[in-house]
Amino acid sequence: MSMRDGCDKVLLLQAEFDGELDAAQSIAITRHRESCACCRDAWQRLVETRRTLRDRASYHKASAVLGQRLDQALASAARAAGREAGLPDRGLSEAGHDTRRRPWLAFAPWWRPALGFAAGAAAAAIAILLFFQPLATTEIADLVVASHVRSMQPGHLLDVASNDQHNVKPWFDGKVDFAPPVKNLADQGFPLVGGRLDYLQDRNVAALVYRSGPHLINVLIWPSEVAEGGEPRQLDKGGFNILHWQEGGMVVWVVSDLDAAKLQNFVTIWRNHD
Amino acid sequence: MSDDSGAARFKAEVLVHLDAAANLARWLLRNPVEAEDVVQEAVLRAFSYYPSFRGVNARAWLLQIVRNAAYAVMKKTRGIHMVKLHEDASDNAESAWGIDLVDPAGDPESLLMQQETRREIDALLGALPVELRECIILREFEELSYREIAEITAVPIGTVMSRLWRARRLLSEAAGVKEPAR
Repeated sequence: MSMRDGCDKVLLLQAEFDGELDAAQSIAITRHRESCACCRDAWQRLVETRRTLRDRASYHKASAVLGQRLDQALASAARAAGREAGLPDRGLSEAGHDTRRRPWLAFAPWWRPALGFAAGAAAAAIAILLFFQPLATTEIADLVVASHVRSMQPGHLLDVASNDQHNVKPWFDGKVDFAPPVKNLADQGFPLVGGRLDYLQDRNVAALVYRSGPHLINVLIWPSEVAEGGEPRQLDKGGFNILHWQEGGMVVWVVSDLDAAKLQNFVTIWRNHD
Repeated sequence: MSDDSGAARFKAEVLVHLDAAANLARWLLRNPVEAEDVVQEAVLRAFSYYPSFRGVNARAWLLQIVRNAAYAVMKKTRGIHMVKLHEDASDNAESAWGIDLVDPAGDPESLLMQQETRREIDALLGALPVELRECIILREFEELSYREIAEITAVPIGTVMSRLWRARRLLSEAAGVKEPAR
């Protein structure tokens, strides 16, 4: 078990870890944790991840130079404001903005006293909000890119390394509850490198990895809940190109740093290959 | 209020959060020069809005302005950042782009434990999608509440929670935070 695997209470567990729950919820989730190995493990990982970040990641404080630059800029801004008495929110020449035209931020309603109230009400709403949010395309794209990026970390690319679809396909048996279409496109210049079990939001997905020269292509596949036809749709996200579509009851997302035209070509070949 | 005391109050209430602003900008933009420019612009903008600021949480207010300014820059210079993300990713996974793709490391777990240097952790954090990265920075470094993060990043609390979870899971897996024995 790990943070990958799901007890459906992990987000509540995380909320407890972040001090967001009220006393009653806190007691309930703590009690649950005692009897749930998954949550105990997840808790341990939350602790370790926090320690790693706080101990080892860089915190970039403002430089002394920036401090000086700001002192000077603020001094002249204050002088400018003084000269423009009666117009205290006069735009600052240094910033190059006429802020009088942009009062939205100062009046943003969220800002006002809601902060304290929110803690209690939010905790109750949280559980409901979380588990019933349908994923928007952009959210899926986030997850797909995250999966691609993660696959490039050492040791994360493949669970089964094989350029033979007859090895890769049976490997997924029993790991996912569907049969992903595994195709080898070596003859067309896209050799199959292997497969991987991945996890997007709350489901296991099959990841097929192809190569094109030095570039990797991740093909993520899972069963569709809602049938939807049409040609592949294209997105780009964080510098990666994405194509996604549905066919044969499966949702297919393809992500790569390959340029858009070449990835489109890959997808065309993949779809036409039996 | 006179402008002088306004400036003094601004420094005491808002500018004390300059480090948080600098850290957020740097982690969003991943470029020290751009980050400082964004912080300067955001602070001056905050100063000009300050007379009408009636809130209680100046830190979150400043961070929201910084975040908006940083996103504006990222939108403008997106092409540059697309390249950078790749560099970062290959920095910490040298073989991933090479030819030995089919040969997973012998003992990735212990290897990763050894490599768990600051640079490594920074690279992992930097390789997260920016939406996840900002959530984890605001939570773990600034210790902001879900509500504050939701408001700064302009998404529902539920989204903050799932992004935080995804960020932590990715970091935990990538950093090879040791799996407890079972």
